Amino acid sequence: MASAGPAVERRSARSLIWARRRAAMGVHWRTFMRNRQGRIGLFVLCFFGVIAVVGPFLVPASSIDPATAPGVPLQPPSLAYPLGTDNFGRSVLSLMIVGTRISLVVGLTAAFGAILIGASIGITAGYFGGTKVDTALNAFTNWFLVIPWIALAIALSTILGPTLFNVILVIAVTSWASTARLVRSQALSVKERPFIERSRALGAGHWHLITRHLLPNVFPVLFANAVLMVALAILSETTLAILGLGDPNAMSWGRIIEEAFTAGALSAGWWWWLIPPGLAILAVTLSFTMVGYALDEVLSPRLRER
Amino acid sequence: MGARRYLLSKILQALATLLFVLTFNFFLFRVLPGDPIGLLARSQRLTDADIAEQRATLGLDQPLPQQYVTYVGQTMTGNLGVSLRTTKPVTEIIRSPLGPTLLLVGLGTLFATVLGILIGIKGGWERGSRFDTSSLYGSLVLYSMPEGWLGMLLLITFAGILGWFPAGGFETGGETGMARIVDIANHLFLPVLTLTLGYIGEYAIIMRSSMVDTVNEDFVTIARAKGVPERAIRRDHVVPNAFLPTFTLIFLSLGFVLGGAVVVEAVFSWPGIGLLTYNAIKTLDYPVIQGVFLLSSAAVILCNLIADVAYGYMDPRVREA
Repeated sequence: MASAGPAVERRSARSLIWARRRAAMGVHWRTFMRNRQGRIGLFVLCFFGVIAVVGPFLVPASSIDPATAPGVPLQPPSLAYPLGTDNFGRSVLSLMIVGTRISLVVGLTAAFGAILIGASIGITAGYFGGTKVDTALNAFTNWFLVIPWIALAIALSTILGPTLFNVILVIAVTSWASTARLVRSQALSVKERPFIERSRALGAGHWHLITRHLLPNVFPVLFANAVLMVALAILSETTLAILGLGDPNAMSWGRIIEEAFTAGALSAGWWWWLIPPGLAILAVTLSFTMVGYALDEVLSPRLRER
Repeated sequence: MGARRYLLSKILQALATLLFVLTFNFFLFRVLPGDPIGLLARSQRLTDADIAEQRATLGLDQPLPQQYVTYVGQTMTGNLGVSLRTTKPVTEIIRSPLGPTLLLVGLGTLFATVLGILIGIKGGWERGSRFDTSSLYGSLVLYSMPEGWLGMLLLITFAGILGWFPAGGFETGGETGMARIVDIANHLFLPVLTLTLGYIGEYAIIMRSSMVDTVNEDFVTIARAKGVPERAIRRDHVVPNAFLPTFTLIFLSLGFVLGGAVVVEAVFSWPGIGLLTYNAIKTLDYPVIQGVFLLSSAAVILCNLIADVAYGYMDPRVREA
C-alpha cells in the first residue's frame, strides 16, 4: 500500500484481509511443521531444490557432452566417479545433478498447467452449476477422466514430437480432469453459502464473485491437490521418458533410466547407472506426496481431528 | 430413477464417451500438425507422386465431414488402417498381443486390488497401530516408485543376479501341455509382481481412507451402542460401506494400470499391447498407435460402464440421484 502516513494509518479493507491471511498462514505453517511427514518431505524437497538451482553451475557442460566426456565408459562407482560412468564415460553423478533441474521443472510446470486447466474448467462449471455450461463441461471432464491417460499421452506426444515443452503440454493436457472435478464440487458447495448471495445482492458481477469469493475459498483444496499433482507429473514424465517420448536433449532422471535401459543395462548389470535416477524420482515423488497429504490435513480441519 | 433408466443412461453415457474418443482420434491425426501424410513423411521418404497417391488412398482429398463419416464407418466395421511398418491391417496386428496383455493386466490388477483392499481394511480399522503406520509408509513408497524402474530392479536382481526367473518374453518355446503352462507362469511371475507392487499401495491408501471415513459414521456408533460385536461391525457395517467409493476409484485407475503395463511389458519384453506400442513409438507407426489408443480407450470405457452398473446394484442410492 502507498500509505506513507504516520503511526496511525487508515487501513483499507484489502489490507485488513491480507493481514488476516498472513496471520492464518502463520497458524497453518506452525500446524504443518508439527506434522512429521510434511516436515521430512519439505526438507527433502529443499535439498533437491538447492541442487536444481546451483547444480548446473557445478557441472561443466563439457563433462556431460557425449563427445568430450572425461571418464572411461561403464565404470562402476569409484572415488573419482562416486556413481560410476555411463556408456559415453559421463559421470552418472553429473547427469543426476543436471537432471534434477529438468525433472523438477517438468514436474512443476506440468502440474501448474494441469491445475490451471482443471481449476478454470472446474470453477466455471461449478459457478454456473446446473446450467447447460455445467453439463457440457462436466461431460467433457468425465471424458478425460475415463480415457486412459497413457494412450492419449502416447498419441499426443508422437504427433507433437519430442521436445521438453511438448512433454509438459502432454502431461498437463492428460491430467487436469481430476482437479476439475474436485474444484467443481468445492465451487458448487461454496456457491450456496450466504455470503455469495449477500455479495450478489450488493451488485457483484461474475468476475468479482469468482476471483474474490470463489477462488479464495477453493484455494486450500486446490493447493494440496496441486502439490500431489507434481508427484503424479514427475511419475508421468518418467513413464513417457522410459517409452522414449522424452526430449532427447534434456537429460531428465527419466531420460537417464531410458538411456541405461536401451543401452542394455539390464542384461549387462550396470546397476549404478539405473539405480540413482529411480531413487531420486522415488525420493522427490514421495516427498511431494507427503507434503501434499500434510497440507490436506492442515488446510481441511475436518481431517485433522481424525 | 428406476433401475432400467439408470442402466440406459449409463450405456448412453458410455456411447457418448466412445464417440468423443473417435472424434478426438480423427482430429488428432488429421488436424494437428499436418495430416497422416505429413506424419508418414516424417518416418519415411516420399516423392510428390507418392504423396498424391497416398492422399487418394487414404481419402484425404475428400472434404473433412465426409472423411469423418467414412472414418467412423470404417472404425465401426473394424477397419483401423494399415501398419506403416509391416503393411498388415492394424486389427490383425492388435489381435495376437491381446491375450498376453489381458493375462498380465488382469492378474496384476487382481492381486493389487485384493491385497491392497485387505491391507487397507486392516490399517483403517486399527488406525494408528503399528501395522497401520508401517503399511501406510510402505504404500506411499510403492506408490511413488516408477513401475518401469521397479521392474528393472526386479529383473536385474531375480533374473540377472539370482537367475531364478527368465529375463523376459512369454515362453521358452518347444514345451507342451503342463510344462508349457509352468513355463509361461515362470515368465509371468516378475511382470505380474511388478504391476502388483506398483499399484497395491494406491489401493491400500484408498481403502484405508475410506475405512477411516466410515468408522466415524453415525451408524457405526449406533451399532456399537446396540452391542454389536466389533468383528460384526467391521464385517457387516464398515467394510461394505467403505468398499463402495473404493470400487469406483479402482475402475477409474484402470487407465493408470494400463500405463504401467506398457512400461512393464517393454521392460520384460512381454509380447502384449504394451510392447507393440513401444515398438510402434520407436518406428513412428501411427496407425498402430491410433489403433491402440482406440482399443484401450474402448476397453476402459467398457470397464467403467460395468463398474457403474454394478455400483448401481450394490448401492441403490446412486440410482436415485
